[in-house]
Amino acid sequence: MTLIEPESQMRLLIIEDDRESADYLAKAFREVGYIADLASDGEEGLAMADGGDYDVLVIDRMLPKRDGLSVIGTLRDKGNRTPALILSALGQVDDRIKGLRAGGDDYLPKPYAFAELLARVEVLSRRQGAPAEETVYRVGDLELDRLSHRVARGKDELTLQPREFRLLEYLMKHAGQVVTRTMLLENVWDYHFDPQTNVIDVHISRLRSKIDKGYERPLLHTIRGAGYMIRDGIR
Amino acid sequence: MTAFGKLIRTTAFRLTLVYLFLFALFAASLLGYFAWNTRRLITEQITTTVNSEFADLSNLFARRGLRGLVFAVENRALRPGANLYLVSTPTGQAVAGNVGALSPGVMSSSGWAETAYQRLDEQDRATHRALVRVSELSGGFRLLVGRDLEERKRIFGIVAYAAQWSMLVVVVLGLAGGVFVGRRVLRRIDAMTGTTRRIMEGDLSGRLPVGRSGDELDRLADNLNAMLERIEALMTGLKEVSDNIAHDLKTPLTRLRNRAEEALATSGSEAEYRLALERTIEESDGLIRTFNALLMIARAESGQAGGNAEDFDAADVAKGIHELYEPLAEDNGLALRVVTMPAPLHGNRELISQALANLVENAIKYGKPAHPVGAPPADAAASAGQLPILIEARPEGDTVLLSVVDHGPGIPETDRKHATERFVRLEASRTQPGSGLGLSLASAVATLHRGELRLGDAGPGLRATLAIPAHSGEGLVGQGSV
Repeated sequence: MTLIEPESQMRLLIIEDDRESADYLAKAFREVGYIADLASDGEEGLAMADGGDYDVLVIDRMLPKRDGLSVIGTLRDKGNRTPALILSALGQVDDRIKGLRAGGDDYLPKPYAFAELLARVEVLSRRQGAPAEETVYRVGDLELDRLSHRVARGKDELTLQPREFRLLEYLMKHAGQVVTRTMLLENVWDYHFDPQTNVIDVHISRLRSKIDKGYERPLLHTIRGAGYMIRDGIR
Repeated sequence: MTAFGKLIRTTAFRLTLVYLFLFALFAASLLGYFAWNTRRLITEQITTTVNSEFADLSNLFARRGLRGLVFAVENRALRPGANLYLVSTPTGQAVAGNVGALSPGVMSSSGWAETAYQRLDEQDRATHRALVRVSELSGGFRLLVGRDLEERKRIFGIVAYAAQWSMLVVVVLGLAGGVFVGRRVLRRIDAMTGTTRRIMEGDLSGRLPVGRSGDELDRLADNLNAMLERIEALMTGLKEVSDNIAHDLKTPLTRLRNRAEEALATSGSEAEYRLALERTIEESDGLIRTFNALLMIARAESGQAGGNAEDFDAADVAKGIHELYEPLAEDNGLALRVVTMPAPLHGNRELISQALANLVENAIKYGKPAHPVGAPPADAAASAGQLPILIEARPEGDTVLLSVVDHGPGIPETDRKHATERFVRLEASRTQPGSGLGLSLASAVATLHRGELRLGDAGPGLRATLAIPAHSGEGLVGQGSV
């Protein structure tokens, strides 16, 4: 189910000092079709990131020789805008804000599920590839107009609540990509805490009943152990 | 260090020494001034007496001549306590008077002089000192009138004597006072030091002795005791935390291990292994959540999460949380309503949202009406099932109230105080799913904002209220009251 064609393989740099985690990540990313390079400290990582043409950087926050935030800061100062995702054992809101202020594009606290990391890396790499924001998103016969706030499936006009609209908008913006529950909570609701209940699932099932119920081809799919994805058809 | 060495090193003793020196200096200068003035006064008196007698005798000489003068001088010289007189011829021979010998040259020069002399009428011929006035009369005769200085010397002696003794008394009393005060202070400081050492050795219940005088040492001891109180409370809290961490993390860890062991022991199919692994991941996710909640509480408690204070409207927070949880409540057969008034607030929006979310999750989890569907329809309790869970946001004076009201069984009055204490979980909730730290976190967030979490009766049900001062100062606090 990989969407990545061989000639446009994603190039990924993982800067992580823990050998085992780094190897595990590299292996996991290669399995889904990425080219993954490894750097084991901040200086090496900075040199590689600066020289290599990477699509996404995955950077541990605490690194020997030069810490992760400083690596990103130096890259940004040099005009290198490669999307960077920060991995950190510090998972509190203010740590996250610090990370994003330093020039990081996303922040994922340890421990994390690989599915979560993969989903976020895909979104980051796509972000760089398509800077122009379209006004109308289309997936199959589902259409969402961001300006007129109109949603239609085939010939049927759909009535969505404002939040349902934003939820669908986010899913369609990342059509074909896995979007995790945490990503939805962060990007649609702007909350960064971890609900103890399945509150996102309930919102998704409501949305699903509006856009998929009664149609032959379901568009909103649940990806087990990871999150959700909107796309046309199942392969 | 010896006891004496300790004593003379005390501030009190050193201060005493300084005061002693200053006081002695003062006493010496006072006595000196007194002595000098007395001397001046006596000299003045002598001068006056001598002058008046000199005038008398000069007069006499002028009127009666030498015979008259000699007669008068002899007469006066015989009186007890008489002044000194001497009349000499131009050749320097004494003709009358009571002076036997003089320092050389005194008689030949006119004016005032201080001189040694001997009296004629005394047997011992002792040498004394005197203040004398010499003047030449007509015909070359010379007249000396003077007064003994013994009196002046005696008074001077008395003053010097007094000075010696008073100095001695001052020094002795001063040193004794210094030792007394120093030892008193030293004793109390030693008592404090002893207690402090005991506390350092681990006995946190020790308190410094406080006297009744309310002096500076008592005030210091009072403050230190208050500080110790605080430290002890914090340490107790910390111990509770570690106990709870041990319980909350070890229990699922044990489950995790048991499951892995079981999967290994029973050689199952791939599907069974898969299931075991999936449950392992689920269990670890739960562990991570608990760990995050504990960390979050610890951070809120220590005030480290206070960096992101902003101005916002609590009503928006309430609406946001309502919007997020409304579908979940409905799925659980409960209605969720929100009632808000504008309630501006300064604080950490994210934390307050999370605290409110925890309260709402609790209400959805535990807030179902106690009576099942089978109850008589006319019964008031049955109709309570239609009552929604209510989220409220409103200002009240300087405080912003964010409440969640449910109509479940509530928390018994006796347990309520307990429930808001840090890291205390009610037994009833320990067995329920979830980290069970929701109320603890809400309470910690309220404390961070100098507010509190209030649990009240909604009759029936629970009313959980975050009461937060609208302006909780510039930053957020590390700790409110324990």
